[in-house]
Order: sequence, then structure tokens, then C-alpha cells
Amino acid sequence: MAAEKYSMVKALNEALRRSLEADPKTLVMGEDVGRLGGVFRVTDGLHKDFGDARIIDTPLAESGIMGTAIGLALRGYRPVVEIQFDGFVYPAFDQIVTQLAKMHARALGHVKLPITVRIPFGGGIGAVEHHSESHETYFAHTAGLKVVSPSNPVDAHWMLRQAIASDDPVIFLEPKRRYWDKGVVDPLGEAALPLHAARVARAGKDLTLVAYGPMVKVCLEAAEAAAEDGHQIEVVDLRSLSPVDFDTLEASVKRTGRAVIVHEAPVFLGMGAELAARITERCFYSLEAPVLRVGGYFAPYPPSRVEETYLPDLDRVLDAVDRALAF
Amino acid sequence: MTVESTAGTATAAVPELVQLLTPEGERVEHPRFSLETTPEELRSIYRDLVLVRRFDGEATSLQRQGELGLWASLLGQEAAQVGSGRAQRPGDWAFPTYREHGVAWCKGVDPLNLLGMFRGVNHGGWDPYEKNFQLYTIVIGSQTLHATGYAMGITKDGTDDAVVAYFGDGASSQGDVNEAFTFASVYNAPVVFFCQNNQWAISEPTERQTRVPLYQRAAGFGFPGVRVDGNDVLACLAVTRWALERARAGEGPTLIEAFTYRMGAHTTSDDPTRYRIANELEEWKLKDPIERVKAYLVREGWADQEFFDAVDAESEQLARRVREGVRNMPDPDPSAIFENVYAEGHALVDEEREEYVAYAASFDGSEEVGEGR
Repeated sequence: MAAEKYSMVKALNEALRRSLEADPKTLVMGEDVGRLGGVFRVTDGLHKDFGDARIIDTPLAESGIMGTAIGLALRGYRPVVEIQFDGFVYPAFDQIVTQLAKMHARALGHVKLPITVRIPFGGGIGAVEHHSESHETYFAHTAGLKVVSPSNPVDAHWMLRQAIASDDPVIFLEPKRRYWDKGVVDPLGEAALPLHAARVARAGKDLTLVAYGPMVKVCLEAAEAAAEDGHQIEVVDLRSLSPVDFDTLEASVKRTGRAVIVHEAPVFLGMGAELAARITERCFYSLEAPVLRVGGYFAPYPPSRVEETYLPDLDRVLDAVDRALAF
Repeated sequence: MTVESTAGTATAAVPELVQLLTPEGERVEHPRFSLETTPEELRSIYRDLVLVRRFDGEATSLQRQGELGLWASLLGQEAAQVGSGRAQRPGDWAFPTYREHGVAWCKGVDPLNLLGMFRGVNHGGWDPYEKNFQLYTIVIGSQTLHATGYAMGITKDGTDDAVVAYFGDGASSQGDVNEAFTFASVYNAPVVFFCQNNQWAISEPTERQTRVPLYQRAAGFGFPGVRVDGNDVLACLAVTRWALERARAGEGPTLIEAFTYRMGAHTTSDDPTRYRIANELEEWKLKDPIERVKAYLVREGWADQEFFDAVDAESEQLARRVREGVRNMPDPDPSAIFENVYAEGHALVDEEREEYVAYAASFDGSEEVGEGR
């Protein structure tokens, strides 16, 4: 099969299929992942080909899903858990933070939990409450978890395969508003980057926009718009939120002297807070302006008719770019 | 079938509590649960009970002496643990709370391994795969889901291993335990839910957790529930063995409620005189799990004073070994903080480890950094 144009959903589906084929211990489990193929159809067709034993429709209980996945991993399985929506992960939060993250250390390395937790996250699709949240900080703040978020179909495909192959628990945040974006994926090829490497998505010399998941596209558009005003904006797609590839980030900001961090999650104590602090430590003498952040407001995620106000968009990103450049 | 969880309505003919050995040490028969035991096996059971109690008592003393930060005593629950522990085959897995010292003993886990976390030198640290005994789990009820998932894996593998999930009356209120019941039921997982109802969740009596006898909860989930005299090691052994055989035969989960009593405090940090009356303790003393086995052995002439003296001597040896082992248990090197956070490493952990090492080295040997106590 040669390279084909895939949506992110299809790219993820193909990644699951390849992982299931590669290792008979790999399982897919979650609510409605079987015959329905998941509410976003990411697991479409897998039940037909791999059956009940490997594509497991679970009872509607997220802590139960996570806890039994841990048990299956203890038995030697490699579960890929689907949490149906971001806002539904909290019932599983205890199992993730208290058990999944810590068991390897608690066992002094005798236990490995190679579990991937897929979560469609973020807003922008006009959903009802609890279907648009960005909770990456909760997970990234927890030692023992790895956290990644792809921004495009190619990364989605390869990063999921890498996450499933990893012996560490990985929280895999899928930007659901980008599920239908298209990209050319060659499942027979190989990953261009290690799972936890950042990527310079667009080169520039005047300012670095830092984003991941759904906001990378917005930042690329902002860079394009800024180019019309003569500003060369670099865009770094972090891809991994724990660990963060600070070296790539540092190199970029040392080149540009300015950084603006963009995410959907609230600015307050969001990923941007940590990134800004690290950039300041590492790039202090190269900085021409304070590191600025653009993100969600410190309010519950709003009703969908006003979510565009809450979410960073082209204009808000450009506004921050202008402020940073004006310093 | 009448002692199953449909009980409570049509069970008048059969006692609710399965018992094979009375508190007076009299062997009685039960219409459903029979048990063949040899004198040798009974002596071995007695030895387990005594050694486990002695180990537990030593650990309590070590806490009082400042050698352990905390201890969760199993005093009074020896029969429930030794009975259910001995019912398991080596291939079976046990998923304990933090009080299953007697189960650990039966599985062959070195008692010293259990003490590391209570001394504060690790959070468990033993290899669960060595004796098929999972690490202690402190957050109440979480391990019942791990047990269920593990059992689901056994089904996928097609082997006849089984799993015992330990928890208590307090945990029965946890969502995770109820989710474990649901998952085990719908996937027909080979897991035995072994609830030690020791009557107290720290200071809260069982009435604060449930309006129905706990074993009856199983009915709502669609599998059998049995209440067993948790101070009767033979009944616990017989019923757990039966439940494990059901699991192996593909008949799914069972809930066993071992009706027992926490004779001591919840942990060494607790003071039960603030919330329960002394009378209760006195009543339960009469149901002691060890005395009844001893009485039975004596009555049948299967053990003499020489045997009992030998077991006592062995228990003192064990206590001595535990005492010395704990006192000589080294603190971990502070840099161990950074080990085993991830299986495949993490850049930030590596960076912080280097920072720490450099910081420690900056003292140039004049002072130990991060020296424990």
C-alpha cells in the first residue's frame, strides 16, 4: 500500500490496526469501540477483523476501564484505552494518577504498564458541556505518565504506533477538531521523529510560536498572515508535553529572541506557564521580549455558541505576536 | 443453594454463616461446604496462624519502638487470611489491601518485604510476579479492578488460574469495587472477591456502609455471595477453595464475606477506644481464630505440648529475624528518588537527577545531603 491521503481519524484507525497486527497482546478497550467503531469512528472496522477478545466494548465506567486495563497489563497485555470524551476521564483520574502513573516506581521497576490512553480533547466542534476540555496539565504534572498530542494526520499515525509500542503509560490527546483534516500517510514507511521530539513546523527568524495539538494549525495560519506584514514567524509543534523537548524549543527561541505560547487550556498554570519559565531560564540573554501566552480564560469551558470567544484564534495569536514584536 | 445471595428470604433451613469449626473447637458439618483435612494439614494451618500473629505483633512493637512509621495490624483476621491464602494454587494471583500479611505469608512472600513501606524505605518494592502477590494497595478498593482485569486476561489466555481480590467492609462502598463487580460479572472473570468484614472502617461501623449483609450485594451483580465465619480458618479455606474452583471451571466471580473482627486499631495511628466499646472486643475474644484450632487439635489428640512449644519457639525465631531485619534495613540512597519513574526514561527526570547529584556534590563531602533520619 502506497502513501494515501488520510483524515486524522483514518490515520489513527490505521495505526491501531497495524499495532494490533504487530502484537497479539495489544487490545483496544472502551465504550462503544466495538461494533459502533467509537463515537468518532476511530476504531471503525477493528471489531470485525479482530473480534471480541481484542476489541472490547466495556461497561460504561471509566475508572473500571482504567483499572481493568491495569490488571490486563499486569497479565502481559498492552491495552489501548479509549476515553470517549475529554470530560469523561475524571472518573478514571484516580486510577490514572494513583495507580497507572506510580506502579512502576512502587514496584521498583518490576512492573511495567504499557498502556495508551487515547482521549479526544479540546474544543471547537460545537459540542455540549464536558466535550471540549483541555486537561493536559493535570496529566503532564504527574510523574510516571507521558503525555503527547499530535497536530496532524501523519503525526497522529506514527505517534500512536510509538505510544502503543512504549513500555510506559502514555496519555494520547487527540485534537478532535482536527479529526477530519487530511494528510498523506504511508503506513509502510517509518516515523520521521522519536515520540518525544518537537518539530519546527515552519521556520522563521523574528518570533517563535509554540503550540501542540489543535493550536498548531492556528499558529501556522498566524505565521502565514504575519508573513504578509513582513514578519518571519517560526512555529514549533511540541508534540510531546511530557517530556518536553526543551532543546528544540531553546534553539528556536535563541534564534528568534521572542516566544508566544498558544494553547486552548486556561493560561493560568497551563503548559505555557512551565514553558515560559523554562524558556526564560534557558534563553534569558537572547530574549527581546517577555514570553507571552495565549489561551483559554479562567472560566469553565463556555457554551458552544460563544466558544470562539474562549478559544485562541488567528486574531488573538496575531495580537500577541504584535505585542511581542513591539517590545 | 440457599446460602447464596438469594438468601435472606428462603434460608431458614441453613445458617447464614458458613462454619466448620466452632469457637469451642468443635468440628461441624455444613450442608454445602465440606472439607477433608489431615492432622498434618491442621498442624500446618495452626503453625501459619501462630507465626502470622507473632509477625504481626512484632511489627506493632517495632512501630512503637520507632522502627516503623506505621503498621496496619491483622490481629483477629488470621483465619480469614490463612484460610483464603492456603486455598490458592501457586499460579493464582492475590491482589491485597495493605493488611494482607497472612495472605502474603501463605503465598511465600518474605515478611520482611512487607515492612519496607511501613518503615519508609520504599512503597512496596517486591516483585509481584515472584509469588503472584501484587503490591499492597493503599487507596481503598482500587486493587479490585486490577484483580478483575488480571482475571479477564486469564480468560483470554485460556488457562485455569484464578484471582483473589481482597478488600474490606469500608471498601464495599467504593465505586471501584462496584465497578469491579460489574466488569467481573459481565466478562465472567475468574475472580474471587474476598471481603474481610472486620466490622470497622477506622471509626465507622459496617452500618455506615450498608443496609444489607454485604454478601447479599452479589445478587444484584448476578453472581453468588457467601458469608463465612471469618474466624474459622477451615470454613474460609473450604469456601475460598470452592469459589476458586468455580472460577477455574468458567463459572465466573464469587463474593465471599468473611465475617470477622479487627481486634486492634485500624493502624498504629488509631485509637479505637474513642469509638467502640470494650464489650465488643471481649465478645470477639471468645471467637479467637487460633484458640479454636488448638482446641480441636488437642481434643482429637493430633498435637501435643511438644508441638505447641515448637511452634512457639519458631514464632520467637521469626520475630527475632524480623526485628533484626527491620533494624538493619538500609535507607535508600536519596538518588533512588529518580529511579524507576519510567520504564524507558524521561528527559526531565534525567535532568533533575543530574541537578541533584551536582548539588549534593557541591557540599564536597563536608556534609551529607538528604540524609534520612
